[in-house]
Amino acid sequence: MSSFTFPVEAGAVLLFSRAVGYPDSAYGDGKSGAPPTFVQSSAQFDPESHLRPKPGEPWRGSGRTPSGLAAPVPTAGSLHAEQSYEYHRPVRVGDLLTATQVPGKSWEKAGRRGGALTFTETITEYRDSAGELVVTARSVAVVPSKVVEAPAEDAGSGGSGSNEESAVAR
Amino acid sequence: MSPREVAVGDTVESVLTEDLTRTQLVMYAGASGDYNPLHTDDLYAREAAGYPGVFAHGMLTMGMTGKAVTDFVGDGELLRYGVRFRSQVWPGDRLTTTLTVTGITEDDGRRIVELDIATVNGDGVQVISGTASAALPV
Repeated sequence: MSSFTFPVEAGAVLLFSRAVGYPDSAYGDGKSGAPPTFVQSSAQFDPESHLRPKPGEPWRGSGRTPSGLAAPVPTAGSLHAEQSYEYHRPVRVGDLLTATQVPGKSWEKAGRRGGALTFTETITEYRDSAGELVVTARSVAVVPSKVVEAPAEDAGSGGSGSNEESAVAR
Repeated sequence: MSPREVAVGDTVESVLTEDLTRTQLVMYAGASGDYNPLHTDDLYAREAAGYPGVFAHGMLTMGMTGKAVTDFVGDGELLRYGVRFRSQVWPGDRLTTTLTVTGITEDDGRRIVELDIATVNGDGVQVISGTASAALPV
């Protein structure tokens, strides 16, 4: 379990709203709350987030080599299978939220192309400075248990359609 | 359609994008803090990870689909929003979302509307399925 503080800032809400397709009139006044998936940007404030480069640490992105790493990328990694939010009250600019991540259930399922898929649920609770629950986020990640040669296969690329196992890389 | 007039079985379709751009993927990476190079670094996506190229964050598609939901519920209050990621979304994709009203209930003087959500690409392949519920002003 880890915990960190996530300030809801007007500029961040505006930039996020633009990125998902809103006109500035929707959330640009700093008074109209935030888009439904805005709390996902708490990753910016998560000291342990592995989704951003950190000074002095290796990063898997192209530089001198396509992978940015000395060794090839080992596995397909984790894919995002499901995401949901429960809103206990609207998120507002000025909120100082505390995000607490709690591991959830874990289960296995046979993949369509053989091998087992391991699903892992993570619950993140966002509480305001009074300790009241604002948003509960539930994320389900899936990891193929076997190293796959072509990650695109297990990521359901190329329009493989609505199979239960398909998932999109985070 | 105003949310105040909704009935079970109503559907509304919105075009999220006619042509998803790589620039929007970069905007989403910067705004969300998800800098996974699979979504912004074409060389990495092709040569290190074996994909045809960069593809959209699942959460970008969920965020864009969320706009279809908030456009529909208007000044209503979202109570729950959840999706399953079914297929990848690529630059150049056309994305449309269909919302279907599956239930309307009264709760403590509020009207709660339940929605079914489907976002499909230009080939008709479903990329996201989900549900949402919102409290509409009475």
